[in-house]
Amino acid sequence: MAKNIQSLERAAAVLRLLAGGERRLGLSDIASSLGLAKATAHGILRTLQAEGFVEQEAASGRYQLGAELLRLGNSYLDVHELRSRALVWTDDLARSSGESVHLGVLHQGGVLIVHHVFRPDDSRQVLEVGAMQPLHCTALGKVLCAFDPVAHNEAIEGRRPSLTARTVTLPVPFEAELAAVRERGWASDVEETWDGVSAVAAPIRDRHGMAVGAIAVTGASERLGVPGAAAGAAGRPEAAGVRPDLAAAVRDCARGVSRDIGNGRF
Amino acid sequence: MSDNTTGTSSHGTGPFIAAIDQGTTSSRCIVFDRDGRIVAVDQKEHEQIFPKPGWVEHNAAEIWVNVQEVVAGAISKAGITKDDVKAIGITNQRETTLLWDKNTGEPVHNAIVWQDTRTDALTRELGRNVGADRWRRETGLPLSTYFAGPKARWLLDNVEGLRERAERGDILFGTMDSWVIWNLTGGTNGGAHVTDVTNASRTMLMNLHNMEWDQRICESMGVPSVMLPEIKSSAEVYGTAKGGALDGVPVASALGDQQAALFGQCCFSEGDAKSTYGTGTFMLMNTATKPVNSYAGLLTTVGYRIGDQPAVYALEGSIAVTGALVQWMRDQMGLIKTAPEIETLASSVDDNGGAYFVPAFSGLFAPHWNPDARGVITGLTGYVTKAHIARAVLEATAWQTREISDAMTKDSGVELTTLKVDGGMTANNLLMQTLADVLDAPVVRPLVAETTALGAAYAAGLAVGFWPDTEALRANWRRAAEWTPQMDKGVRDREYKNWLKAVDRSKGWLDESDV
Repeated sequence: MAKNIQSLERAAAVLRLLAGGERRLGLSDIASSLGLAKATAHGILRTLQAEGFVEQEAASGRYQLGAELLRLGNSYLDVHELRSRALVWTDDLARSSGESVHLGVLHQGGVLIVHHVFRPDDSRQVLEVGAMQPLHCTALGKVLCAFDPVAHNEAIEGRRPSLTARTVTLPVPFEAELAAVRERGWASDVEETWDGVSAVAAPIRDRHGMAVGAIAVTGASERLGVPGAAAGAAGRPEAAGVRPDLAAAVRDCARGVSRDIGNGRF
Repeated sequence: MSDNTTGTSSHGTGPFIAAIDQGTTSSRCIVFDRDGRIVAVDQKEHEQIFPKPGWVEHNAAEIWVNVQEVVAGAISKAGITKDDVKAIGITNQRETTLLWDKNTGEPVHNAIVWQDTRTDALTRELGRNVGADRWRRETGLPLSTYFAGPKARWLLDNVEGLRERAERGDILFGTMDSWVIWNLTGGTNGGAHVTDVTNASRTMLMNLHNMEWDQRICESMGVPSVMLPEIKSSAEVYGTAKGGALDGVPVASALGDQQAALFGQCCFSEGDAKSTYGTGTFMLMNTATKPVNSYAGLLTTVGYRIGDQPAVYALEGSIAVTGALVQWMRDQMGLIKTAPEIETLASSVDDNGGAYFVPAFSGLFAPHWNPDARGVITGLTGYVTKAHIARAVLEATAWQTREISDAMTKDSGVELTTLKVDGGMTANNLLMQTLADVLDAPVVRPLVAETTALGAAYAAGLAVGFWPDTEALRANWRRAAEWTPQMDKGVRDREYKNWLKAVDRSKGWLDESDV
């Protein structure tokens, strides 16, 4: 038998270690348990983290199994199934908010729009199902980056072009923004992707708690914004720049869909 | 539905309209506000009774108890009182037939449900030497097991002593609209024994041209006209509710379910059409004030009639197997795990790979009418994968809609401008796009999915002046999505030709001896 690849064997050992017993382990525990040099263990963990197989808890620095492993192990949620479960909820949201509603999932380093409900007025609108939106600046993208480590890595490692004067492109403020999104449970985009357009989004979580998609209300800043607020101030939840009642409605809608796809926690 | 998703809307104070949807599997009550938004819903299923193969019955007493419960439930969920409700509208499963004793209010037998085929031999016998089209000119319908008149005749022939009681005038006939209205308005204590023109047009007993019971047909069918309800318009006050959660509220509309969906989709102009995609599909097109005689095998039916305005007619075509084909792929073939996965599978390829699927599982209906046909998958080569078959499955629904639409245009001379869609399959984006492509017309989904109940609410609201006219209703209509045609004409023409070739392959499969 040919010699096996040592680094893969070690990576497998790390995963087995994280899967058994204590869920979260620090770097030294992992290194000493497996008899590896700290630098070697760290290299393996960093690679697994980039692939989404391992996550690092921000506060303690400890490691745990990542969402991507769950995605591998369980047949992933079909986006068309997701759309048919979301239909009633998103129709309600469009009706109550008076704005258009989008449902997006992570796809090839961006957000793929899998469902779109028109703004309920008589204006001509084009169905945007199948379109791609950027990860780093849209409300949908920020929610996915904040709650899905794979999306997070893709946004960190990918390009973050400046699309308007307000787009957050630098790593530190971007991370700060994501931390704020995690804190409050929803994301906003105040003219960071398109001039004059704002959006607010919340995560859809499956039965493992994984963020499998996001739902956003999108519309003119004049209608969505908080009058007089310091719009788009990154990292400051109290100044996210969109009406709090809309954020609440979007979260309720996303919770409703999450419940329908089997997440009992909400 | 959480309070917050609807909480930002402005339904707070009312007034409201309550719609009762007495359907095949359940009874529901939905409360709507002036903008046509749903305020509250309550629903209760009833038992499906299968006494023998092909027979389907409902217990009408159970249904009436459920209707009272869901009305009270919806009013309570909405947090309103009867004073906030301006009118009650009714929509119902069509053709399901009931006879009851007018002195006791007791049904004399379970209701015979529309799908029930026990009148198969009877309808053939009634066709005599003329055939199924014996009364098509008067009623717009071919003789078939669906319609109410022959079901009433079966009951009169098969329930002991019933014909004598009926001839004495002790028995009342009704479809589910009549049963609900009679009970709502007092039952044995002066209940109104009425039906509306749309429900009456599904009995095979009403003359489409003058909207009256056709005495000659009633006699030939053996149904005493003394037991028939008075035919009213679809939108007028039939009476007021006596007792119950909505005591004193006017009962002001009745429409068969498909006609109610046509009304709820605001198909008020000639050529406006709606198609409801469920297990099967029902497509109706408004043909204005003329009953268009169909030579393509469609049904001519009443679309609606508002008060004393002229009746508006419709052509109706149905497709037996649409969503059912996706279920078949899931349950019988095991090619997908859930129905929405058909889109995932179909989207993994760009076209049908040359494969066509004609799901003539129980023969071909309008416009082909070939009962000897059976399903075929054709055009197979070594190249074809399950993904191509999945695509052919979705295309089958689209092409069958195209065939109905073409038949409607042929019969009425009116081109389809836009197709309004509702039903579960509208969640399938690829299907809706394919539909727009093969029809070469925009396909539009409304924001309110409950078009059937909404139609009944609209008609009731018009009758009591809650809404001034159909223009006001049109202003409420909201587009949730629109698919525009993107297929090249050359491709469409070639694919249609191939589809029709595939349909030909399905015909005449059964031999005389198999039938």
